[in-house]
Amino acid sequence: MKEYKTITEVSGPLVFVETDEPVGYDEIVEIETGDGETRRGQVLESTSDHVAVQVFESTQGIDRECSVRFLGETMKMPVTEELLGRVLDGTGRPIDGGPDIVPDERQDIVGKAINPVSREYPREFIQTGISAIDGMNTLVRGQKLPLFSASGLPHNDLALQIARQAEVPEEDEGEDSEFAVVFAAMGITAEEANEFMDDFERTGALERSVVFLNLADDPAVERTITPRLALTTAEYLAFEKGYHVLTIMTDMTNYCEALREIGAAREEVPGRRGYPGYMYTDLAGLYERAGRIEGVEGSITQIPILTMPSDDDTHPIPDLTGYITEGQIYVDRDLNSQGTRPPIYVLPSLSRLMDEGIGEGLTREDHGDVSDQLYAAYAEGEDLRDLVNIVGREALSERDNKYLDFADRFESEFVDQGYDTDRTIEETLSIGWDLLSMLPEEELNRIDEEFIETYYDAGSDATIEAAEADD
Amino acid sequence: MSQATSTDVREDGVIESVSGPVVTATGLQARMNDVVYVGEEGLMGEIIEIEGDLTTIQVYEETSDVAPGEPVESTGAPLSVDLGPGILDNIYDGVQRPLEGLEEKMDSAFLDRGVDAPGIDVEKTWEFTPTVEQGDEVTAGDIVGTVPETESIEHKVMVPPDYEGGEVVETNKGNFTVDETVVSLDNGEEITMHQEWPVRQSRPAGDKETPTDPLVTGQRILDGLFPVAKGGTAAIPGPFGSGKTVTQHQLAKWADADIVVYVGCGERGNEMTEVIEDFPDLEDPKTGKPLMSRTSLIANTSNMPVAARESSVYTGITIAEYYRDMGYDVALMADSTSRWAEALREISSRLEEMPGEEGYPAYLGARLSEFYERAGYYQNANGTEGSVTVVGAVSPPGGDFSEPVTQNTLRIVKTFWALDADLAERRHFPAINWDESYSLYRDQLDPWFQSEVADDWPEIRQWVIDTLDEESELQEIVQLVGQDALPADQQLTLEVARYIRESYLQQNALHDVDTYCEPEKTYRMMQAIKSFNDEAFDALDAGVPVDEITDIDAAPRLNRIGTTEGYEEFVGEIEEDIEEQLRGMYQ
Ligand SMILES: Nc1ncnc2c1ncn2[C@@H]1O[C@H](COP(=O)(O)OP(=O)(O)OP(=O)(O)O)[C@@H](O)[C@H]1O
Ligand SMILES: [Mg+2]
Repeated sequence: MKEYKTITEVSGPLVFVETDEPVGYDEIVEIETGDGETRRGQVLESTSDHVAVQVFESTQGIDRECSVRFLGETMKMPVTEELLGRVLDGTGRPIDGGPDIVPDERQDIVGKAINPVSREYPREFIQTGISAIDGMNTLVRGQKLPLFSASGLPHNDLALQIARQAEVPEEDEGEDSEFAVVFAAMGITAEEANEFMDDFERTGALERSVVFLNLADDPAVERTITPRLALTTAEYLAFEKGYHVLTIMTDMTNYCEALREIGAAREEVPGRRGYPGYMYTDLAGLYERAGRIEGVEGSITQIPILTMPSDDDTHPIPDLTGYITEGQIYVDRDLNSQGTRPPIYVLPSLSRLMDEGIGEGLTREDHGDVSDQLYAAYAEGEDLRDLVNIVGREALSERDNKYLDFADRFESEFVDQGYDTDRTIEETLSIGWDLLSMLPEEELNRIDEEFIETYYDAGSDATIEAAEADD
Repeated sequence: MSQATSTDVREDGVIESVSGPVVTATGLQARMNDVVYVGEEGLMGEIIEIEGDLTTIQVYEETSDVAPGEPVESTGAPLSVDLGPGILDNIYDGVQRPLEGLEEKMDSAFLDRGVDAPGIDVEKTWEFTPTVEQGDEVTAGDIVGTVPETESIEHKVMVPPDYEGGEVVETNKGNFTVDETVVSLDNGEEITMHQEWPVRQSRPAGDKETPTDPLVTGQRILDGLFPVAKGGTAAIPGPFGSGKTVTQHQLAKWADADIVVYVGCGERGNEMTEVIEDFPDLEDPKTGKPLMSRTSLIANTSNMPVAARESSVYTGITIAEYYRDMGYDVALMADSTSRWAEALREISSRLEEMPGEEGYPAYLGARLSEFYERAGYYQNANGTEGSVTVVGAVSPPGGDFSEPVTQNTLRIVKTFWALDADLAERRHFPAINWDESYSLYRDQLDPWFQSEVADDWPEIRQWVIDTLDEESELQEIVQLVGQDALPADQQLTLEVARYIRESYLQQNALHDVDTYCEPEKTYRMMQAIKSFNDEAFDALDAGVPVDEITDIDAAPRLNRIGTTEGYEEFVGEIEEDIEEQLRGMYQ
């Protein structure tokens, strides 16, 4: 392997090297500093006489004297089932003091696109036990459903609750597909990471998890490969070993900041708000790795978490994410300060794969209609809240007052369930009907008359009490 | 993609540099837009810039590991599509490689690179029936025979546009592969069922005519308020999750086009899978045949190579033009044109071109209008009439319509369906904002609706629009004082408008019955709400309190018309009940 001592320029995370032999695009590079330390990087641009290298770790201490080796291959992730239970750093090296990992295979981390004709449309209901999700924004196996949150909000508690409670109901009856968690941390604080690790340990989830940790004080550029390592691992477990893999990636905002940093160092023409013009494509290369494949047992379900800068969902990070993922769950500041746990704001939340995953034989026949009606009623109540601030409750009609009460009870009874309550879909729907029964029957225009007959029960609170007694 | 000329290799070049999808080469003899094979693996690419000895190539496949010094071969031909039977009921990537063929060749669910396949099966035989005889004179574009391509579509075999034409000396009836001669001309020209056409060039056609027929979509708000013409153009901009894809899917399913070309341009894999899984089982409301048999899909999803995304819309429109030439009405859906524009931007920035607004290249507007210009209602060279309707989704960043792609598109298209996040949030679907949307075809399509549906179609539509306008004005006052403070007649208008919104404008794409609404039903619904309006105002004039009027139990049933099968009787009953209940209060 040829060694070069021909670094011509170091700029931010980039190193430029003169070469006299061809180097492949995307190839892995090792740079040895004067004190014998090795830094790794990747070829961003290759020409016949020089290459641009993006260094994952810091470029501090790199000078013209450093030696550069091109490894002749692109970045690979060593994969094996033995990874389950292990904790790795952001570049895939074990940091848990455990034994060396003997890989079964080494796979390219970029990942190939799934051929659309080979995909299987996701339609298996995952019960998270959280009413705002199961009832209103149902998650299905193979879906990519991000949490749109912001700093200081309890998105981690929510993600953990999902990881703890997620189950596919029919599976109690025999089918033994295994469940695994791949967790990729990008630039989160050690404290946040501990929150996850402690919970994984406490619940025994760690044994069936692979954890990748790039923390806040780890090199930023490294963050651009952490999710790729994690997803390569997830693909191996899901599509070669048949696991149902839940992949949690947090915080995507830090990942995007790292992309921006590299783009700026390369003096690229920036897209919106300084983020690279190719960020959509780049993010799609991660999110689209979720899914199901026809004829294959396993699946990859993704829960990426992002914190919206200034709570703004038109910011490029949430915006581009929303354009790629199959819906989103909003974690809301007002609901949080009001004490709603989890503070999920259902109106802007969406699960695009819900329709195929619910209904007769999957969840319950009335599920879709109930959800639509709850949405419409809550939206109406929410609107009236603005009005009531101006004109007062007395100026509103009886109908309007009912909707206002509905919105309040929807938040306090349906959404606010706490992080330890695990509700079945039946319980969720019966709370939904309980709330809908506050409204006159004629108002339920989204619901099939047949279901109204079966489930509508003006003036009964029995169902909700039963549900609460259960947990 | 067309491969016929790919063996005709010209001068080889050598890679000079690689940066993502952009590769430069030296020593390559080739013309602008020629297709080249890049590197040891022969990755497909297209020449997009020539500067002295340095040629720039956009590569349609992943370039990891490709290194300077590797060879580049030119095919000497521009990026072209294969045209012939077998395009329908098929799914391609952005450069017309059949995805099923690739799955088989690669023996994997994942897309590998360096594998190519022709756009139409060259081994399969098709049953050809000539429609010309020995001695007939034919010229370019003329139909010389037919092939049953799918259950619902008869493929017309035409003299290729670049042929001279002449006298027919031989016709062959029977089963042939697409490359076997089926008709021979006296000048030596041989006609097969296979043509090629460069995607970036529109196929020659006769005169563009003013469209007079609507593309009936089965979507109430579109057909009733904002119709698009066969041969027209429409844009659907909207933020994420507002319903662009669902609307496009609805059009692909229910629009009364003969042929549908659906281009999934840089969007989700599962959305294409959904089409592939659903369409074979759905029936075309016009022919009763499986929808897939009139459909061709182009799927270049967001994680597939960005350069092939750029070409996907051209591949799609060229296929659309080909079927137009046969005399068919073709509808092309492109979801999303913004991803195409972003691909342009990405390539342009790698070329270090001078960026225009928001980093998009200065030629963005020109590319968009060239594309939409390929839509139209045409008098074809062969005497038939055909049309291409283009419906493009636009995905504005942050849902802000002032951005360059939306603005440039608006300058061109004549129908604008503005999707609205607020409506989507309250699950008012389709979330098409009735204040902002428009159709410039409305007047020219009225005669069709008047003769095919009802004479007073324009009047009743205008009544709907006026009522909605009045509602938005009143809503501003309500926001300040509450509804009860309004005079009775205005309260009643609000109630009527609410029925228009909830029963007429909303349409559930996921409901078996509601998903498709024929124009007659659309009309009857407008009529039923109007008759409630008229009866209600009569009652009000007769002194009935507004609360009592709005409380009648017949009115809420208006909201169930959409989901009711065999609506005629149901609507009649509602109208009668409304009349009876309201008149009963004062007569
Ligand atoms: N006409 C409709 N009827 C019922 N539901 C609808 C309708 N239109 C949209 N929806 C709902 O809205 C969701 C989002 O719609 P869609 O996927 O079409 O959005 P989009 O505008 O294409 O978003 P993106 O830009 O992210 O692709 C759908 O999953 C569906 O639940
Ligand atoms: Mg879409």
